[in-house]
Amino acid sequence: MWINCLTMAAALLAATAPTVDAEALRWARAGDSLTLDPHAQNEGPTSALAHQIMEPLVLRDMTGNIVPALATEWGPSENDPNVWVFKLREGVKFHDGAEFDSEDAVFSFNRAMTPESDFKTLLASVKEVRAPERHVFEIVTDGPNPIMPANLTNIFIIDKGWAQANNAVKVQDYGGGENTYAARNANGTGPYRLVSREPDTRTVLTVNEDYWGKDEFPMEVTEIVYTPIMNGATRVAALLSGEVDFIQDVPVQDIARVAGSDGLDVRTALQNRVIFFGMNVGDDDLATDDVDGRNPFADIRVRQAINIAIKRDAIKKIVMRGQSQPAGVIMPPFVNGWTEALDQAPDPDIGAARALMAEAGYGDGFAIRLNCPNDRYINDESICRASVAMLAQIGIVVKMEALPKAQHFPLINNLKTDFYLLGWGVQTYDSEHIFNFLVHSRDEKYGSWNGTRFRDAGLDARIEALATEIDLAKRDRMIAEIWQVVQDEQIYIPIHHQVLNWGMRSNIRTIVASDDTAKFKYFSFD
Amino acid sequence: MLNYIIRRIFQSVVVLLIVGLVAFSMFRFVGDPIDNMLGQERTQADIERLRAQLGLDQPFPVQYWRFLENAVQGNFGVSYRQGRPVAEIIAERAPATLELAAVSGLFAIVIGIVLGVFTAIRRDGWASNVIMTGSLIGVSLPTFLIGILLIYVFSVELDLLPSFGRGDVVDVGGWSTGFLTASGLKALVLPAITLGLYQMTLIMRLVRAEMLEVLRQDYINFARARGLSERVVNFRHALKNTLVPVITVTGLQLGSIIAFAIITETVFQWPGVGLLFINAIQFVDIPVMAAYLMLISVMFVGINLLVDLLYVAIDPRLRGEGNTT
Repeated sequence: MWINCLTMAAALLAATAPTVDAEALRWARAGDSLTLDPHAQNEGPTSALAHQIMEPLVLRDMTGNIVPALATEWGPSENDPNVWVFKLREGVKFHDGAEFDSEDAVFSFNRAMTPESDFKTLLASVKEVRAPERHVFEIVTDGPNPIMPANLTNIFIIDKGWAQANNAVKVQDYGGGENTYAARNANGTGPYRLVSREPDTRTVLTVNEDYWGKDEFPMEVTEIVYTPIMNGATRVAALLSGEVDFIQDVPVQDIARVAGSDGLDVRTALQNRVIFFGMNVGDDDLATDDVDGRNPFADIRVRQAINIAIKRDAIKKIVMRGQSQPAGVIMPPFVNGWTEALDQAPDPDIGAARALMAEAGYGDGFAIRLNCPNDRYINDESICRASVAMLAQIGIVVKMEALPKAQHFPLINNLKTDFYLLGWGVQTYDSEHIFNFLVHSRDEKYGSWNGTRFRDAGLDARIEALATEIDLAKRDRMIAEIWQVVQDEQIYIPIHHQVLNWGMRSNIRTIVASDDTAKFKYFSFD
Repeated sequence: MLNYIIRRIFQSVVVLLIVGLVAFSMFRFVGDPIDNMLGQERTQADIERLRAQLGLDQPFPVQYWRFLENAVQGNFGVSYRQGRPVAEIIAERAPATLELAAVSGLFAIVIGIVLGVFTAIRRDGWASNVIMTGSLIGVSLPTFLIGILLIYVFSVELDLLPSFGRGDVVDVGGWSTGFLTASGLKALVLPAITLGLYQMTLIMRLVRAEMLEVLRQDYINFARARGLSERVVNFRHALKNTLVPVITVTGLQLGSIIAFAIITETVFQWPGVGLLFINAIQFVDIPVMAAYLMLISVMFVGINLLVDLLYVAIDPRLRGEGNTT
């Protein structure tokens, strides 16, 4: 009922100020934000909702460029290469009217660096944050960090006074405590304020009339009603029947249906996520194969054979219905370090693959188990199934095991699989992120997603050196060299880059953001 | 009688404890919650810290004992997924499921009995044949498909009813109800039909079979011979005697309506406990799963108890125990 009132109010507003095109936008996607606490969950839908209400110092616009948000200028300090200086925006107010200053930034960063925070790894190199002036904020790192701003695009700033008054100083703690105020309430500086929220059901936001960027951005969406709709068919039906205006994940089998409907569009863009196979290349013997005393994946010729036996174009055409881009490297194209040459997918060549297998002593093939998620990536299980048939052609008998992500990922983390499917998105848009998690050998701090048992102490040292190399040209050369090793060793078998499909009313004007985060202040209407 | 009730309650508690034990031993096969709770950018040290903090490194009898200890005190823990107390979340979601279950249960009973009686009395009429054939669809199509089908016909093509959600709800003393708004009532129609269709056809077929059985009995012939009207014969004498098995089945089906609401709620994005449970499974939200399963088993045990007691009330023969003649 009150929604109608608000829509009417918005309509009245539009009538009195005819130059402003004001409209409500009903938005649906598969999952809901998990919490409003900005430092508790580093997860897509959670950050996407937070981005409407709260702001980081710098953010990525819809094209992926880093642009000013609460900071207007930033750069390494002239006196000390270990310090980043941020000039903060003046005259910005939180939704409750409190003034934003450097104290809030210090408070929020310290909060984001506590053990309970899910963002602390992004700030691992930060030694200290300080507020030398009311609108100057400094980050001290334990060595020069050349790409610091790229790590900050999801570190949201909240009001210190508000957090203290509401017992929300600590990040949401699962261990016990009933103190969950920050999980249910939000007070940011962002373009939209929270009106109401029922988790998993409906979240309503309204435009922040006092937003600092009101004249800078279109801000034509004045009201956002966000509903998670888990079931793909229902989500599409809701768009087709006009009950929602914008859905973020159109299932590939429904793209034609939505695109063919009057007044609806599907817009696509390459996603910041690459899909690939990982193999156990390090152990002497495998528990999941039928070869005694040897590990077939330890032989690089077997890895090379698999790489040219996978027909990526066929996967694209049949499994993905055209909605993917074959990959030659486990790095999305937006990432610093990506080159077209690296990403050139190899041409399938069954004859050459068979020859490599024979050369490696596996002319008669071998059997191996492949672990695959079935609810994480687009058509993940079908990709695996298609690959089983392709690998059979070179004598590899694959026994596939598809499991929900909650069971699949622990297999990789606990090193219980020797052959697995995985996808990776690069939040920092830099190769170092991929190296740290997927290439560096597994230890306390690094390689937590590296299930390949690949170990190379020399390479590890080169990866660690990237973190403090301030000479960007030299750093880029180091990145290229590390990629060369990854490619030559063929530790991973890249498959493709995922494609995003946003379905919406035709009169909505926006581009598709590769990080799948819609920032509605950039949206406008025809 | 009191003795009987106490014995039954004691049995119920034992059943609950066993259900809890089985559920808890299953959770380890659902997966590991740690991965969902920590983002992509986590280290091995984070994983171990959180596992210890949540007590997930403990053997499962210890975990189960802790759960029982807290549950008895009314504390079901904090949801791993939402970071809020589980009791609060379930209380927030229960009205949606209970309202949906009540409406679809009512739909199933009323329509089921009416159609059952109708098809029994007009056994060979063409309408009965159509209904009986149509009812096969109700029992043979999966709930999921019926829901999607209804959405495409009534929401997308005809644009009559909403395809998802509960519409606007009104908060009445902490209970959010959809009964008081037009959009809330409209939103109930498709999910209630989807959820109740199977039960409706089941009740209809049961009533019909029982009616046909009863109508052959001698006392019905006597009633007719006495010149009682068809209506009195059919409804007072025949229908009443078919009700014992119908109540048993309906009672047990009410439990499954709530339990099977999981699928309907997923299709219609109905914000009830079933959808909560599905989300909990995907996330391996152990506190929510545990609380939900305990709740459902309490409900099933309670309904069974109630049905047993109703028997005694309806069928005088069962009251024989303890009577002296």
